Amino acid sequence: MSTLAPPVVKGTRSANSGGRSGSLGWLVLPALLFFVTFGVVPLFGVLFLSFTRWDGIGAIHPDGLNAWRSVLGDPQLLHSLGVTFLIMILSWLVQTPASLLLGTFLAGHQRYRGFLAVLYFIPLLLSSAAIAITWKALLDPNFGLGAGLGLSFLQQDWLGKDALAVGVVVFIVSWQFIPFHSLIYQGGVRQIPRSIYEAAEIDGAGRWRQFVSITLPQLKYTIITSSTLMVVGSLTFFDLIFVLTAGGPGDATRVLALDMYKRGFMANLMGPASAIAVILVLVGLGIALGLRRLGGTDQTDSMLEGA
Amino acid sequence: MDPRTTSRRSFLTFAAGLPVAGATLAACGSSGPTSTSSSAAAGGDSAAAGSGATYWTLTGQPQEDIRKATVARFNTANASTKITQTLFQNDAYKQKIKTALGAGQGPTILWGWGGGGLKSWVDAGQVDDLTSWFGENADVKDKLFPAAFGAATVNGKIYAMPAETVTPIVLFYNKKVFEKVGAQPPQSWGDILDLVPKFNAAKIAPFSLGGQSRWTNMMWLEFLFDRIGGPEVFQAVFDGEKDAWSNPAAIQALTEMQKLIKANGFIKGFSSITADSNADQALLYTGKAAMMVHGAWTYGGMKGSGGDFVTGGNLGYMNFPGVDGGKGDPSDSVGNPAQYLSISSKATDAEKETAKKFFKTAVLDADEQKAWIGAGNIPIVQGADSLIGSGEDADWLKFQYSIASGAKSFAQSWDQALSPTAAEVLLDNIAKLFQLSISPEQFATNLNATIGQ
Repeated sequence: MSTLAPPVVKGTRSANSGGRSGSLGWLVLPALLFFVTFGVVPLFGVLFLSFTRWDGIGAIHPDGLNAWRSVLGDPQLLHSLGVTFLIMILSWLVQTPASLLLGTFLAGHQRYRGFLAVLYFIPLLLSSAAIAITWKALLDPNFGLGAGLGLSFLQQDWLGKDALAVGVVVFIVSWQFIPFHSLIYQGGVRQIPRSIYEAAEIDGAGRWRQFVSITLPQLKYTIITSSTLMVVGSLTFFDLIFVLTAGGPGDATRVLALDMYKRGFMANLMGPASAIAVILVLVGLGIALGLRRLGGTDQTDSMLEGA
Repeated sequence: MDPRTTSRRSFLTFAAGLPVAGATLAACGSSGPTSTSSSAAAGGDSAAAGSGATYWTLTGQPQEDIRKATVARFNTANASTKITQTLFQNDAYKQKIKTALGAGQGPTILWGWGGGGLKSWVDAGQVDDLTSWFGENADVKDKLFPAAFGAATVNGKIYAMPAETVTPIVLFYNKKVFEKVGAQPPQSWGDILDLVPKFNAAKIAPFSLGGQSRWTNMMWLEFLFDRIGGPEVFQAVFDGEKDAWSNPAAIQALTEMQKLIKANGFIKGFSSITADSNADQALLYTGKAAMMVHGAWTYGGMKGSGGDFVTGGNLGYMNFPGVDGGKGDPSDSVGNPAQYLSISSKATDAEKETAKKFFKTAVLDADEQKAWIGAGNIPIVQGADSLIGSGEDADWLKFQYSIASGAKSFAQSWDQALSPTAAEVLLDNIAKLFQLSISPEQFATNLNATIGQ
């Protein structure tokens, strides 16, 4: 991640300083080729399709701005955008503090912490579809955990009430991805030089003070990286929600990606679906760019240099 | 900042956006416009290599074994022109067949539901007109229920061979639960509303419903529309009449529907239960719910999974009762009049010949009819009731046959009759109606906008 990158760059730069050519541009070629073939070319295909009328099996008819008009004039778009951002923000708010604390905890070298780290890691090994099916079965109000154990407070209509369903989605997403982000933070915390903490201890700083004044600021770029992954990743939540609620109840959990799928593959409206795909790409790029800016202009400098 | 840093940074910015772009595009990748249509020709040619044919259909017992056996019999009798059968899970098939047709990779024989889905294939020029073939083979046509041809007909021409079974939607009930509560099966819509508080007081849900699947909710509206306003109400929608959903009978049906929901007529959490998992059937046979409106195909599932529920005579069934003062005939039914087999227009002549031979000699032959009867279904063959005999499912089979042959109107399920575009809006609004987040009037307004689509 970005905190790890600077030393690598410095290393190649110094190793290469005696070479004939300073250009390492060709290194991007394999990735670029892959990206252009599977990213940029289809992107233009989708952009083209968003100006057409196509049902997925017949001929493609040019249709001007009609698809865009129907998408932008549909209150469903605003609703889906709203749901997407709501789930994005809520899951960020839940995941960031939890994984920050867990990551810091797991960064210690005690043996029991290593054991716990392995346990925490398990949800990450499961596929989203499997997770959704499992949770759906557990939360079933008639045959689920609550009914099975006779615990009435667990016997809610978890996926049948608007607010509860959104809450459940956020909870499961967090349950699934906190281990991953804890791992990132664990790596980030272990990068912080021991000497800073030793100096702080000599100055009489307690554990909490050390966490707030050293760990948190040192993790600034780790937080940005992790947040970028969370926020941009939450734009594409599809499999989990599709299996868990299919966007329901009603349209309470119909995120933008699901709306796109429903229009394109269930209602056979590839034009409007492509328009939503373009919107998704633009929102994703915008957010990723914004988060990069948040890190300040000198992002490539390491915090370590100030130590 | 030196230039290299800048370029690396912008590349990283770019890369950060990549997961989104990649995932978004992956979702649309299968619909790539130009490359797929050019591969269409190639797909057609390569399929022409063998003189047999390909046939895509659905998995799921007991239907799956019967479908396989029919093909196996055909292949034994026609060793030089074998049919290769591929089976798909129901919802996966709907997407798969669409993508395959768009890419020109479809099979020779397409299994389908007829109606609006078939029309979308016809409009795209993907399936052959079989009208003249049925003209030449009148014996094939006369063998089948005439009502089955309605959903195979688009613009007056027949594009599919009706096959398999007729499956009406019926009202199932748990006799044990009725006994326990001391209630009688409902004879009218008024009885249904009266039964609701009775069962709720006994802590038993009046009706089971797999509401997340949406078409399960739709079956209720199909009956209420018919019983209150007669089959003309939906026919007007199907014919594309302006504001057909605002018909007073339609508004009344939608209002009655919400009345039942508000009275807690359905199991708690119905909007998160799916029909695919058969949880709705489980609620009925475990006695957590007293009644269920569902397709006749669920009989086999309840018999298989419900222990002695069906064999012990605890499953009751009846046609959906009438609504007092309603115009519809209580003998009317809705459901699937048949399943449908079409022939791809992209197949070679040899493949088409094999497919037609399959239709004529193998589909619904005597063995297949017996197999369907054995599985508790009515094959769409005239006089199939003579095969019923006196097995343990005899009463159930006779009941189904009487509905299928006695219904003045046997309407096709709405979502299959309408175009996929209109069906999606319909299902979406039905889910909202059942969630009580829109009123009957809003429902009508939203759907009037789709008329003619």
